[in-house]
Amino acid sequence: MKRVALLGMPNTGKSTLFNRLSGASARVGNWPGITVDLMSAKILLGGHIAELVDLPGLYDLHGFSDDEHVVRHFLSHHKVDLAMIILNGAQIDRQLSLALQIRSLGLPAILLLNMEDEAKRAGITIDTQAMGRQLNMPVLAISAKYGSGCQQALQLAAKTIAEHPSPSQPQLIASKLEADNQIEQEMHQIVESTVQMPLQLNDATTDRIDRVLLHPWLGLPLFFASIFLLFQFIFTIGAPLQEGMAWFFDTLRSAILEPVLASLPAWLNGLLLDGLYTGFSTVAAFVPIIVLFFLVMSMVEDSGYLSRAAFLMDTIMAKMGLDGRGFVMVLMGFGCNVPALMGTRVMRSRPMRLLTMLVIPLSLCSARLQVFLFMIAILFAPSQAALVMFSLYMVSFGTIFLTAILFKGKFKSHEPFVLELPPYRFPTPRQIWLRGWQEVKHFLQRATKFIVIGVVMVWLLTHLPMDAVPASPETWAGSIGRFFAPVLDPIGIDTQLAIALIFGFVAKEIVVGSLAVIYGLQGDALTQQIAMHIDWVQGMSFMLFTLIYTPCLSTIATLKSEGKSAGFMWLSLIWSLGLAWVISFIFYQTARALGY
Amino acid sequence: MQLNSLNPGESAVIDSIEADQALYQRLNALGFRPGKYLQVIRQAAFNGPLHVRIGSTDVIIRTHDARAIHLRPSPQHPESPIV
Ligand SMILES: Nc1nc2c(ncn2[C@@H]2O[C@H](COP(=O)(O)OP(=O)(O)OP(=O)(O)O)[C@@H](O)[C@H]2O)c(=O)[nH]1
Ligand SMILES: [Mg+2]
Repeated sequence: MKRVALLGMPNTGKSTLFNRLSGASARVGNWPGITVDLMSAKILLGGHIAELVDLPGLYDLHGFSDDEHVVRHFLSHHKVDLAMIILNGAQIDRQLSLALQIRSLGLPAILLLNMEDEAKRAGITIDTQAMGRQLNMPVLAISAKYGSGCQQALQLAAKTIAEHPSPSQPQLIASKLEADNQIEQEMHQIVESTVQMPLQLNDATTDRIDRVLLHPWLGLPLFFASIFLLFQFIFTIGAPLQEGMAWFFDTLRSAILEPVLASLPAWLNGLLLDGLYTGFSTVAAFVPIIVLFFLVMSMVEDSGYLSRAAFLMDTIMAKMGLDGRGFVMVLMGFGCNVPALMGTRVMRSRPMRLLTMLVIPLSLCSARLQVFLFMIAILFAPSQAALVMFSLYMVSFGTIFLTAILFKGKFKSHEPFVLELPPYRFPTPRQIWLRGWQEVKHFLQRATKFIVIGVVMVWLLTHLPMDAVPASPETWAGSIGRFFAPVLDPIGIDTQLAIALIFGFVAKEIVVGSLAVIYGLQGDALTQQIAMHIDWVQGMSFMLFTLIYTPCLSTIATLKSEGKSAGFMWLSLIWSLGLAWVISFIFYQTARALGY
Repeated sequence: MQLNSLNPGESAVIDSIEADQALYQRLNALGFRPGKYLQVIRQAAFNGPLHVRIGSTDVIIRTHDARAIHLRPSPQHPESPIV
């Protein structure tokens, strides 16, 4: 099978093209370094099945960061029949250097100048024919986002492979990757003779937006204000949706499931309805809010604002031994900590990478968001909801800052901070839809997997031994609760909450589901029961603990694999558990001392 | 004169780049090459990073790292600011 590799600088649209040609859904975002690992898919090329490989972007072939290493490793170990070089046509004046470097490797290659739409809008004209002659490789202008030229690119690829039937020789490439090359002169000369750029190049819209969003004094307040508004928005739109879902699941249960399952033995009926169904439906009620949240996240990611956030926050982050990119990873962590941890591959210095990876698990991910939405709706008035949520995000930032400050001495680094600032872009409906769907799928996969296991176990713990009253102190759950009582009582966490916390260690999606199972209720009945059992101080202490202690097993596994050290993983685990306890303790005891 | 001493709104031409290999290559790939015209657009608060426009590319760079870029005054009306 022929293998085609997508090579190019970061943020030039490789993954966008990959998705368009293969129908896959690799993650796309207006940030250099979204893709940090390989991904491959099958495509039809000239009548044959071929493998298309999406790779991380690289600035030059001799780069030192881990994501660039992925590309070099790939080229030195795998045969490649064709390199599709993707450059941003609107920045051809500097990006052509990479095409020249790749050409010197001697792989069959075609050059695709992406973002034709932006280049055109900027008034840049490129003589692709002449450029192709000078480079001695076919050159084509395309737009991966809007689709123009993509079919021609495929045809061109098939034709080029047919003309150069011998694939690359990995060993040869490995040795060439060692050697340095002089391409500056040649690039200058080709750009001079084939590209016409207007004198004034900047995107006026981007400039206007930046004047406000990057304002030296207004920039940061605007950033925090918009986070607050976002949550106000998500609450306003999301809450009724969630209620609708909860109503739907209640009705489904009483109208169909209960009559149908009535003939089953009591224990099986209980396990299916009070265990699986209750757990699953309580979590599934959050799907609309999670979708909404990810739609907003994907728009932020694709807008180009992330690099701006790095600009605004770099000075503060530098005080903590991190840099602006670390802040962006924390923001990405709001979605899910795992890709954020992988995203640190763009950092070259290992201490800085480790320090960033140490703080990312403290960023409030969407799974924890769901627990908080659930608890806040129970314990606080709707008018306070957004404010409480916002303050939890601020606590998340607070613990991140604290951790970085405390550990920066141990992870000292001197990594230069140089980052490109892409123009603002707006995702197409197709991109938003693809991304949203992807996240929902991911959420449901995790939820079903963990919930089925978690919920069944929680149900067993709260119902065994057989002669005990369900959820009473005589059950196994009760014994576990008593065991942990000495550490959890001082932070106001009772047996029921403790069981939820223990299972939350596997994944936060389980927490809400297991609370439903522990109380054996769903919908309104569940929330009323919880509201009677615990007050807001306990609830807040529980939320603080949930926020700070380890997010989930996948995060721990990623910490270990990306940090390449079990010791580092343990450090993160123990630190976050300890910090969670201390902060909950301070909060709980202070609130009680103040008479709440 | 180095890039860190340029104020927002000011522009200059790159004379030389003195950095270790890794930074040198990264700057090169982002378009920083001797003879190129650049302009400082803004600076973040508290002596934060510079927002620099060079050719078709906007880059943010810490003032500390900007010291690696040595400049000479730009001609009043650059004939070709890009190349
Ligand atoms: N205007 C325009 N934007 C595009 C085009 N192709 C991609 N983009 C946008 O460019 C940004 C980067 O796209 P990606 O596909 O993530 O780029 P990449 O090369 O995979 O980036 P890395 O994985 O970070 O190296 C996204 O915001 C895309 O929507 C295009 O043809 N025109
Ligand atoms: Mg990509």
